[in-house]
Amino acid sequence: MSKQPAIDLNDPVGDRVAKTTCYMCACRCGINVHLRDGKVRYIEGNRDHPVNQGVLCGKGSAGIMQHYSPARLRVPMKRVGPRGSGEFEEISWEEALTTATDWLGEVRTNDPKRLAFFTGRDQSQSLTGLWAMQYGTPNFSAHGGFCSVNMAAGGLYTFGGAFWEFGDPDWELTKYFLLFGVAEDHASNPIKIGIGHLKGRGAKIVSVNPVRTGYNAVADEWVGIRPGTDGLFVGALIHELFQNQKIDLDYLVRYTNAPWLVIQHPGAADDGLFARGEDRDPIVFDKATGDFASAMSVETTPALTGARTLADGRTARPVFELMAERFLSDEYAPEAVASQTGVDAEQIRRIAAELAEVAFEQEIVLDQPWTDWAGRRHDKMIGRPVSMHAMRGVSAHSNGFQTCRMIHILQILLGSIDCPGGFRYKPPYPKQAPPWLLPQGALEDIRPREPLGGPHLGFPLGPQHLLLDGDKPSRIDKGFTWDAPMSAHGLMHMVINNAAKKDPYEIEVLFMYMANMAWNSSMNVPGTIDNLTAKDDDGQYVIPKIIYSDAYYSEMVPYADLILPDTTYLERWDCISLLDRPISTAELAADSIRHPVVKPDRDVRGFQEVLIDLGARLAMPAFTNEDGSPRYPGGYPDYMVNHERKPGIGPLAGWRGADGSKTGQGAPNPKQLERYLENGAFFAHELKPEQAYFKHANRDYLNWAVEMGFRVEPRPTIFQLYCEPVQAFRLAAEGHGTRQPPESHRERIRKHFDPLPFWYAPLEETMLDEGAYPLHAITQRPMHMYHSWGSQNAWLRQITAANRLYIHRSLGAKIGVVDDDWVWLQSHQGQVKCQVRLMDGVNPDTVWTWNAIGKRRGAWGLSDDSPEANQGFLLNHLISELLPEGGGGYRYSNSDPITGQAAWFDLRVAIKKADGAHETEPLFEPTGTGGLAPSPDKIAYGAEFKRSGR
Amino acid sequence: MTSLPENTGKKLGLVIDLDICVGCHACATSCKEWNTGGYSAPLSDHDPYGADPSGAWLNRIHSYEVGEGPGSKTVHFPRSCLHCEEPDCVTVCPTGASYKRAEDGIVLVNPDTCIGCKLCSWACPYGAREYDFDDGVMKKCTLCVDRIYNETIPEEDRVPACVRACPTGARAFGDLGDPSSAVSQSVAARGGFNLLEEFGYKPVNKYLPPRTGASDLDPAIVTQPERIPKPDGSAVERLFAWADQALSR
Repeated sequence: MSKQPAIDLNDPVGDRVAKTTCYMCACRCGINVHLRDGKVRYIEGNRDHPVNQGVLCGKGSAGIMQHYSPARLRVPMKRVGPRGSGEFEEISWEEALTTATDWLGEVRTNDPKRLAFFTGRDQSQSLTGLWAMQYGTPNFSAHGGFCSVNMAAGGLYTFGGAFWEFGDPDWELTKYFLLFGVAEDHASNPIKIGIGHLKGRGAKIVSVNPVRTGYNAVADEWVGIRPGTDGLFVGALIHELFQNQKIDLDYLVRYTNAPWLVIQHPGAADDGLFARGEDRDPIVFDKATGDFASAMSVETTPALTGARTLADGRTARPVFELMAERFLSDEYAPEAVASQTGVDAEQIRRIAAELAEVAFEQEIVLDQPWTDWAGRRHDKMIGRPVSMHAMRGVSAHSNGFQTCRMIHILQILLGSIDCPGGFRYKPPYPKQAPPWLLPQGALEDIRPREPLGGPHLGFPLGPQHLLLDGDKPSRIDKGFTWDAPMSAHGLMHMVINNAAKKDPYEIEVLFMYMANMAWNSSMNVPGTIDNLTAKDDDGQYVIPKIIYSDAYYSEMVPYADLILPDTTYLERWDCISLLDRPISTAELAADSIRHPVVKPDRDVRGFQEVLIDLGARLAMPAFTNEDGSPRYPGGYPDYMVNHERKPGIGPLAGWRGADGSKTGQGAPNPKQLERYLENGAFFAHELKPEQAYFKHANRDYLNWAVEMGFRVEPRPTIFQLYCEPVQAFRLAAEGHGTRQPPESHRERIRKHFDPLPFWYAPLEETMLDEGAYPLHAITQRPMHMYHSWGSQNAWLRQITAANRLYIHRSLGAKIGVVDDDWVWLQSHQGQVKCQVRLMDGVNPDTVWTWNAIGKRRGAWGLSDDSPEANQGFLLNHLISELLPEGGGGYRYSNSDPITGQAAWFDLRVAIKKADGAHETEPLFEPTGTGGLAPSPDKIAYGAEFKRSGR
Repeated sequence: MTSLPENTGKKLGLVIDLDICVGCHACATSCKEWNTGGYSAPLSDHDPYGADPSGAWLNRIHSYEVGEGPGSKTVHFPRSCLHCEEPDCVTVCPTGASYKRAEDGIVLVNPDTCIGCKLCSWACPYGAREYDFDDGVMKKCTLCVDRIYNETIPEEDRVPACVRACPTGARAFGDLGDPSSAVSQSVAARGGFNLLEEFGYKPVNKYLPPRTGASDLDPAIVTQPERIPKPDGSAVERLFAWADQALSR
């Protein structure tokens, strides 16, 4: 045998390790960035970090190529060619900021609402929202309106929490896990870690998803449901639980509004509202005394059944009865839903029985005493080890709010919210249901150079909280109007369309961050591009000024007039704040930071840095001292440490107080960021074992949450099986109250605003000839890519550079296609030409593809002949941002009628074989390259790290 | 021809759990990221932003369906060098650049003596070797030999990058020559198998099969309690009677 060469087994990884926070998706994992000679050598997960516990996904592990992408913007630019041409001139930051200040200052002085500021995949909404408030425009939101507002609103109105950022399954103790409509996103690593735990313990995973990939592929049971029918499936599960009396009645009485009495007074203004006592608290019927009592009293034995006559003669019935009647009706019988859902009645029945078996016969008892909100001591924590998680597949339908509510009601009926083995809140959740936060931005509150009175986004309790002046919407996206009354995240997807139509009014400046609206973040891409380039009769753009900040040359950049180049995630400061979108786990209240671990080699600035600078230049009070000087001369890190939302409460919760000894509330600590850096760029406060469960009603938790500033008072969160604010809108539609919907909207509001969740068909398909568009079309995000950012990543695009349309084998046989054949996919909006791949693991009435793989020529530093541009395609071109014209000629947004959530999974299509095609259609003109240098034709990353001796 | 060690002291390798792998590619990209700056540096990429991007990877994931109809299953299958006990890829090497380490069984390529003749990649039935066209030498999984013994990194991190990254815990690293090791035990418990056993190369890496069938609960629970016959409303009445028990807050 030859002599083995000597190799160096002890080569140090790098000369420095910097711990920061990933930004390859919204998961926000802790990462260790190993650096050698100032370059990134290797990125791994931070073992101590609450989110990812050391692991790192396929995206995060390709971070080097994201950071060194040739598509990075290099310097501020102003547009010199027509919009879309990609012709820019490089300018200095001073010129860029002066221009932005001039444009923004003029609007702020004249009519602040003529600024529309929308921030896409923003992880700093507590800052961007503050900036918008200070500016005084009503027009602000991030991308929640096309992402997950149905999940957030459905959850928050029901139980003061929600899936993903606000809660997780109890990965350690759950025995039965039901996963609805989740491919990769929301969340990435926590779900992967959790599924690994569950499989290792032999817990059962049931996935409800039209497509069997990823998590759904490793599930023990796959329910290949028809898109948009999850509400029928869940309704049938609830039907079975009621039918078989598998309901946790104790839990309902203790934690929910099941015994609350609902006024039955058809045709009257109080019909369907809660009967209330003199103190305005809802009332129950107390079986012990035979009299009515406050629902908040603990000394009662509330009746769940029985109609009662109130003192004034009105009749009232408990929520429980109304709900049971709803779900015991024949329309939710398993047999009745089988054909629409595509799920066999026996399978539904078995899953319901399994849920009940695990919840009630396999309960978990922890020897952990705790004290409830009323001060009663319990010596054990009893758990129902059934948990659920849901996201996109429920969220992106126009029936998503009600379906999401139904899933939560299923959890609640089983007694599995925040108990051992169930769903667990993550601090600062639970909030009250709904949170005590009303939307701000009524037209009468908008005044030149004056801040708004509060945050833009909130939770209306009825028509009185809509942002309407007569019939005139306050917001450009028509959020909080009769079009979408409970649009708690705004409707970013309608901004460009409405602005181009000057409906409800003209805007002067469109200011966007990190939102690829000219491509995969919009419904109807061609229409959006038309809107971005539309001109008035005088030849001026209808949207006169567009400012855009992005780190990369995305498809949106060519349509902006002023480009503010952002940094990569390794070059920036950020705080992932408890005021915003927390990274907490069920047992830890946590927040984190990003900090520059490498210095930019370009003339770029973090967007938040720029925003704080603009805030000072525009003399906004929160960003300026009384003498007019900038309040945060040290930029974003200065703000992170010294900004106080209320006295003692700032963006970061850890190491507050002058000496760093305070948590949650405390004076700013000048050494706070140092402490974060010492701790691996995050802060985590561990809950005590007695606070760990039943947080909605746990005195120790609630008191602590008040101390932390998470809650105003320690009253419990009571689960709203019956959602009274929804009924308040319905009453208006029935003609009650002074604020009335327009006639055109009346029936739509009346139908969909049901205070008890129900299933209705997704809106678009009810307005189409279903025979003409027999198939559902949906997308999934690949695990190794997120949004558009993956396409420029030299490693990730080697895994997926072009997407296929996946169709069921039977459909392939029917239309006579085999793998890689081309087809036309047609919707009422348009058509797309693409290649197919046949598979078994897809609902036969559904076709699907990977999201955002298709790219426009010119963007992202890719060559014009790249597969992304020539074979890759988007379904977005097929999705209309508006519903077809209904009665009365009004075209509603293609959104959930309650929350305004973009209904991009409602898409219906027809398919036919295409002949002789070799490239996708529509094929858009190249965008120009924004002056970026050509991308390299070869990479040998890491050659520089090679040392002799190997 | 290159000869093999008569006996390796250890048989270091990976155990990959196909029951848990969700096909996320974390093992592939973390491998690429580590190794492009490690022992095999660089793992070159050709036409990285163009029409036909390709590069050297030491670990790739294949997702595909097995079977058709109701019994079909989606499988995610990570593929890398199996560090065979009797690897033809080593014995065919004309220069001795490919070799199997005596101390731990890791199959390595010495880039200083590899002439890029590709005989080894022809010999490997697993497609585990990748020729780096730009670097002109053969690249392959090193089992992160520059991590697993590396005293400059914390002991808990002395595992291959793929194992370090894997979010679901589908990958484990250890000595498959030691029957008492955790990896050997999991192979024994779960019926771990060799890839292409019949070829006789005796792969060290093992795969754990997907567990068969859903862990359905006792079918007895599906049996329904006696149902009240129609007419409608009776189920409601029965439920209400049941719910009309004394429940205190």
